[in-house]
Amino acid sequence: MEKKITLPLNDDEILNLNAGDKIYLTGTIYTARDAAHKEMVETIQKSEALPFDIMGACIYYAGPCPEKPGEIIGSCGPTTSARMDKYTPLLLKKGLKLIIGKGERNDEVENALKENRAVYLAAVGGCGALIKKCIKKSKLIAYPHLLSEAVRELYVEDFPLIVAIDAKGNNLYKSEMKKYQK
Amino acid sequence: MREVDTNLVKKTVKELILKANVFLSPDIKNELIKKEKEEKSEIGKGLLNVINENIEVAASENCPICQDTGMCIVFLEVGQDVIFKGNYIYDEINEAIREAYDEGYFRKSVVGCPLRRENTKDNTPGIIYYNIVKGDKVSIKVMPKGFGSENCGATKMLKPADGYDGVIEFILDTVKNAGSKPCPPMIIGVGIGGTMEKSAIMAKEALLLDINHKNTDPYYAEMEKELYKKINNLGIGPGGLGGTTTALGVNILTYPTHIAGLPVSVNIGCHVSRHTQMEI
Repeated sequence: MEKKITLPLNDDEILNLNAGDKIYLTGTIYTARDAAHKEMVETIQKSEALPFDIMGACIYYAGPCPEKPGEIIGSCGPTTSARMDKYTPLLLKKGLKLIIGKGERNDEVENALKENRAVYLAAVGGCGALIKKCIKKSKLIAYPHLLSEAVRELYVEDFPLIVAIDAKGNNLYKSEMKKYQK
Repeated sequence: MREVDTNLVKKTVKELILKANVFLSPDIKNELIKKEKEEKSEIGKGLLNVINENIEVAASENCPICQDTGMCIVFLEVGQDVIFKGNYIYDEINEAIREAYDEGYFRKSVVGCPLRRENTKDNTPGIIYYNIVKGDKVSIKVMPKGFGSENCGATKMLKPADGYDGVIEFILDTVKNAGSKPCPPMIIGVGIGGTMEKSAIMAKEALLLDINHKNTDPYYAEMEKELYKKINNLGIGPGGLGGTTTALGVNILTYPTHIAGLPVSVNIGCHVSRHTQMEI
């Protein structure tokens, strides 16, 4: 099913997203990948405030190319999500609701998505030049020393995504691959 | 003897990096267009359509195809009749990387220390391999390698008794474990024989070959064909979301080895496996 969604989403809207749905997402999302995740988890462990409000938030696993003069952002596709598996359950517990990345997640993340009624959305890997066109605003908001890995607040319009793991525990990576195994 | 100024090497490497990160080689580009038509999964077909559109957009807007503009690998085949003059060649190549990543607005993805992980801010140093060959030419191959795919490679020291079937099993297991992570459809580079590191370098060099290349030894050409078929039957598909297109190409390189050993390495390239080359 094709759906247009605008952030933030309430619990019912999250539950209405089904594995396999093709969605066009509009709203504010935050980039964070390996190094930013490490810092965010350390921040939580020290009981300090995260650089953005994580309740209901959407994190995009991405580290863009630098923007050319006059551009909003450089090439900005998703990075491999599995490297963030270690950090994800804690962030979901703190209220994270949507995650955008690419590739399968481990069982802990799959269970944490279900427990916390959150969804995992797959962007198309290796397509940073195209995804860049959906990004209308970009602002570096935390960890500038991490350079491309810093946290950026992005405003995206009609970002094309596929619901890969929904809040009910349906996992497209597991169900689809089987269909084509010979 | 032929004198080659290392500044010419620098200029060439820089030009090759700028090109590689924006324009995909025709063999991969054409195969992706073909696979979009053949893919059986509707989701997979849609993803291949997006992948093909991205390649067009990157080229027409002079934008990096992927934000992971990689760690820069440079292979130099130097004719033994060449004498280099000018600055130290290693410094010139790294200067080429520095300038290309700056001028191309490419992402700087290299950390200086693997554990303390501070970014070097200019994507240096590159990984540079020198090889002495016959003649008076310098052949330069450049590969900006993304790590989504690089992380999925593996090396195993098999036993001679593991034989042909053991090699096939190890390669298939490596691809299965990679699954959705390396941005499939992928390109598989395999190195069989030599020593531990020799097999790994051959696996990398295999990724530099045209994806339609066939091993000149019919035995290994057949093995490439078998692997291609078996990998595409794994069902991983574009983006790992299922489908009939998992590998775009399989290339094997081999080398003699020790009576006690059977080293095998697999290096995986993503669907935008970028590399360029030039001879000076």
